[in-house]
Amino acid sequence: MSTITVGARLEASRAESRAHRVARRRRYLRGLGTAALSAVIVVWSLAPIYNMVLISLEPEGDVFTDHIWPRVPSVESFWGVLTQGHWYLEHFWRQFANSFFIGVMVTFFALLFGSLTSFSIGRMRIRHGWLVSNAALLTYVIPASFLAIPFYRIMQNYGLANNPWSVIAALVAFATPYAIFVFQEYGRSIPIEVDESARIDGASPPQVYLRIYLPLMAPALVAVGTYALLLAWNEYLYQFLLLSSKSSMTVPVALAQFLSSDQSPWNYMMATAIIYAAPPVAIYYAFRRRMAAGLTMGGVKG
Amino acid sequence: MNGTSAVDLSRPALRRRALSRSLRGSLKGGEYTWAVAFVVPYVAVFITFVAYPVVYGLWMGSDVSLYRELFADPIYQSSVVNTALYLALGVNVKMFLALLLSGFFMRPGWWMKALLLIFVLPWAVPQISTFISIHWMLNGEWGFLNNVLYTFFHVEGPSWLNERWMALGAVIVSHIWKWTPFWTLILLAGRMAIPLEIRDTARVDGATGLRGFVHITFPLLANLYLICTLLATIFLLGDFNAVTFVSGGGPANSTHVLATLGIRDAFEIANPRLGVAAVMSALPMVIPLVIILMRKLRTSEVQV
Repeated sequence: MSTITVGARLEASRAESRAHRVARRRRYLRGLGTAALSAVIVVWSLAPIYNMVLISLEPEGDVFTDHIWPRVPSVESFWGVLTQGHWYLEHFWRQFANSFFIGVMVTFFALLFGSLTSFSIGRMRIRHGWLVSNAALLTYVIPASFLAIPFYRIMQNYGLANNPWSVIAALVAFATPYAIFVFQEYGRSIPIEVDESARIDGASPPQVYLRIYLPLMAPALVAVGTYALLLAWNEYLYQFLLLSSKSSMTVPVALAQFLSSDQSPWNYMMATAIIYAAPPVAIYYAFRRRMAAGLTMGGVKG
Repeated sequence: MNGTSAVDLSRPALRRRALSRSLRGSLKGGEYTWAVAFVVPYVAVFITFVAYPVVYGLWMGSDVSLYRELFADPIYQSSVVNTALYLALGVNVKMFLALLLSGFFMRPGWWMKALLLIFVLPWAVPQISTFISIHWMLNGEWGFLNNVLYTFFHVEGPSWLNERWMALGAVIVSHIWKWTPFWTLILLAGRMAIPLEIRDTARVDGATGLRGFVHITFPLLANLYLICTLLATIFLLGDFNAVTFVSGGGPANSTHVLATLGIRDAFEIANPRLGVAAVMSALPMVIPLVIILMRKLRTSEVQV
């Protein structure tokens, strides 16, 4: 009798340990799979960025090499960009300032027009307001590159060719619909009674907008502002078409200028590309969470 | 009779009041003026810089003989094939990868969060920087990719961008590299929005792994996935940068897509009308897409 129970117990504990072993092996394999996939993702995501860093660290004339790590890392090309020390870079800071100016103006006007429109539609409930916000969203179903040719012709007719304001106008037109959309979605979380009580106390619409609406909308303003700034900083096609002189063009246009040339100064181009990429990457990582809030509002609602 | 005439007399005023109410809503006079003044700046921007260019473009591309010229152009014909391939592979591979990876990134742990930060880098870095880098990376003689192939495997890699299909493949892969993180983030947010109770109940009922995905996760994500795919299609159709910087439309104009061909015809060939016609020839595809998208968005709003 006792032998049977002992045997049964042994059998049970053996089965248990086998189950443990299977579970452990499965966990081990799962961990291995995760690690392998993670490694692939890291290499895949970083390869072109590593290439950028690698070439930018080459001394001039040494970009035609066959090694895959910097043999004699040199910051010469970064220094060259910052001091405008190469013929290709003689207007670098001017172009950087142009990019910055366009980015700030697009952000400002997209926030201003977007918040005014969504205040009027969402808070003051103007009749047929939905028509405006729906028409605005139609902007996104027309690819911007399709609209570039007529836009260019119109700007020429207006005498705005080679003028940063033509680029600002185009980019504000593209950034504002998203702003209106996010502001309206976000505004739903603020009770309308807040506005109404202010109006009963005698506040005029501009006062409600400035003193109550804008402060309460601060998180959405940050999210959309970041979006507009990055949109303007990263945009290429309209800046390329509309800004042609060396002193009015922006960094991406200058950067792309020598791509097809045989004497492309690759180390300087890559150093410029990194310096140009640094502000948006820093801003993106700093405001990531707040932007994500805007993205989810826009993207996941559906 | 007197009574009816009194009603008649007051009717225009009544009608006017009703009309003004339907226009103004519940707003009082001064407030209505303010409400209109607040909308006017954006409406002006929309009309001047979106609606007017659209109408202008339609007018520029309204000549039928343009399309005869366009369809006879062999570069246009190859661009149509390229665009179709770019759409079919670019959109679907990217969206499918995003769907799988968004599930991968749902795993807990600090390591996943760190990995996600690295993973979104291709999207965070400006397009021009990365596409120029990829262009040089694929150089046959001095490119990083061939250097890696030689260092590790002693293989002499090809000139990636000197042959049509390889160059087009490079463009498609670059596009996927650039945009997968963005759609992964969107789908990740969609997965996060699935209530925890549903996931837990499903797990208790034995719907884990593939079964959980097929029966629980995907039905809940399907609508979002479809909307994202439609949007990604429209965005990809307008993608100018990947083609311009990775392959430059070359070799010998064999890897153009409609967006880059339009700009080439308009500015390099200096025939803006032909350029507009090239992009307008995509309209028969864009319009149904937009209609489906609008319908989908409307039904999903009702569901929410």
